[in-house]
Amino acid sequence: MKAEVPVKRPLPESLTPQRLVELYRTMLLIRHFEEQCSPAYRQGKMGGYMHVYIGQEAVATGFVAHMRDDDYMICSYRDHGHALARGSDPRRLMAELFGRYTGVAKGKGGSMHLVDVERGFLGGYGIVGGMVPLALGVGYGIRYRGTDQACLCFFGDGAMNIGPVHEALNMAAVYKVPVVFICENNRYAMATPVEFASAVPNLAQRAKQYGMPTRQIEGMDVVEVFREAEEIIQHVRTTPEPFFVEVVTYRFEGHGIADNPTNQALYRSKEEVEYWRQRDPIVNTARLLLESGFATENDLLAWDAEAKQKALEAVAYADASPEPPLEELYRDVYTDMEVEEWR
Amino acid sequence: MAVITYREALRQALTEEMERDPSVFLLGEEIGRYQGTFRVTEGLLQRFGEMRVVDTPISESGIAGMAIGAAMIGLRPVAEFMTFSFALIAVDQIVNHAAKILYMFGGQIAVPVVFRGPAGGGAQLSAQHSHSLESWYAHIPGLKVATPATPADAKGMLKTAIRDNNPVIFMEHAKLYSTRGEVPDSDHAIPFGVADVKREGRDVTIVAYSQPVLLALHAAEKLAQEGIECEVVDLRSLQPLDMDTILRSVSKTHRVVVVHEDHRNVGFGAEIVARIQEFAFDELDAPILRVASADVPIPYARNLERAAFPSEDDIIRAVKRVLG
Repeated sequence: MKAEVPVKRPLPESLTPQRLVELYRTMLLIRHFEEQCSPAYRQGKMGGYMHVYIGQEAVATGFVAHMRDDDYMICSYRDHGHALARGSDPRRLMAELFGRYTGVAKGKGGSMHLVDVERGFLGGYGIVGGMVPLALGVGYGIRYRGTDQACLCFFGDGAMNIGPVHEALNMAAVYKVPVVFICENNRYAMATPVEFASAVPNLAQRAKQYGMPTRQIEGMDVVEVFREAEEIIQHVRTTPEPFFVEVVTYRFEGHGIADNPTNQALYRSKEEVEYWRQRDPIVNTARLLLESGFATENDLLAWDAEAKQKALEAVAYADASPEPPLEELYRDVYTDMEVEEWR
Repeated sequence: MAVITYREALRQALTEEMERDPSVFLLGEEIGRYQGTFRVTEGLLQRFGEMRVVDTPISESGIAGMAIGAAMIGLRPVAEFMTFSFALIAVDQIVNHAAKILYMFGGQIAVPVVFRGPAGGGAQLSAQHSHSLESWYAHIPGLKVATPATPADAKGMLKTAIRDNNPVIFMEHAKLYSTRGEVPDSDHAIPFGVADVKREGRDVTIVAYSQPVLLALHAAEKLAQEGIECEVVDLRSLQPLDMDTILRSVSKTHRVVVVHEDHRNVGFGAEIVARIQEFAFDELDAPILRVASADVPIPYARNLERAAFPSEDDIIRAVKRVLG
């Protein structure tokens, strides 16, 4: 089980050395941000389930790189990477994880419900597959207005087994909406392997029957994700139809914070995790940068230190931020109506 | 002021709002080519085209999600459920998405969507097609719930629902579609949270909403012949709820009967009763009674179905009981 060298084809034309460096630094930021999460969680600074994206960074990074300022994106609860890739302020994201008033949702959403309306990020959602019908609606709204915007909808392999996703995929094809459905197949829905849960484990093949183009792509290599994403997003922008892409990836950590290595031993072997860790998108991109002469060892060290510094600053900012005032309990239930305080 | 049906009143509201605001569009099963199962959307496809009157597959989760997603980016979708019994399939989208999005994202994303269609039963449709369940929706913070009983309220409140920036559950009633009433010609939008005293009286307050308002009015008519004057308070919306009008009436009559078509057990009437005893305990001269559907799945046989639903006679009996 050897690590694959990611360079199989020449770099796509649009992937300049500078752009590749940007992708690399985005992935580094996501990794460092999330590596601060577990210790903060153990110190009691965050609650909830806390699902990290470690191992899957290339997916959000490669796709989001092709989003225009006016595009939309929506995703599942494993959403830290997507928000960071889209350029949300890591300090405000961390503050949200800490449940602080300076967080992106004033501390009312938490890890699973990050959001950045200004950047077209319509949020992370906690019900498996629940955001897929919403993406259909966003896509319909785009068609209704007649623009060439696109909507990226990220969800996991587990979502392929819930009904509303299939209603939405069919309707997306019926109404020809400009949505890219990105199924991040990290092999497990919690602890249930995709081969067990899906009679047809090739998820792209399952989606093909809905009458939209589908593709299965490599998700551990940011260059490949970038290459495919460019073509796919351009397709939905210019052709009136959605696109389904299954991205084969892997999460190195547990499903959530509670899914510790002991629990993980119930469903996957250390050897398997090690095999995928050998394909770490960050390590392999670093190697590519060095081998191509796009960066030196010193560059890599500096970027790593810088990403880590940003993550630490985010933690410090979150730590220093106030909790939401108690009045927030009753705010935002309705846009125009007070909720009665009855206690 | 023209006399039109409840169905026509709804259609007028949809038409006028679509004319007024290009971001309003309709979606649902059989609403376009087939003109709507209850003909509410008759002629609208021809008038507004298929982008704004969207026929959908039988996919309630898809319909609800599509409406919510479009609303999140600023459109004003009005989604029709062929009946609210079918909305059960879409409850995750309504409850876990539409109702939560504003709050869990810190007030940054509004969801101006209307979910409308008939609730209730009465046409021998038996157990799976006769649900009311308005108390489920009223239970959920973030949703508004409207239950108009007359053509004028149907039109005025549907306009309000479409203009509202929050998700609105707009429950019509199949037995009301062909009822007639005066509807103002002008652009009248009736605000939520304002109950309407549909009949004044000094002896007993009957609190009702949706189709049972008509039952209550008929019962009040008969009771008046016996010298019993009932005040009929039509709530019109359950969330927001106009307690002030209820309490004003209670302080006048001191006796209350609550009527709804939903089951009695944990029905919306329980909430009304709880609030009356909390805020006007000293005003009450008798225990408050509830008239509601039997706590059974709604049966098919005509006689059993009739026995399951609240009737005029049930209301008359309850009024007489609270009068002692």
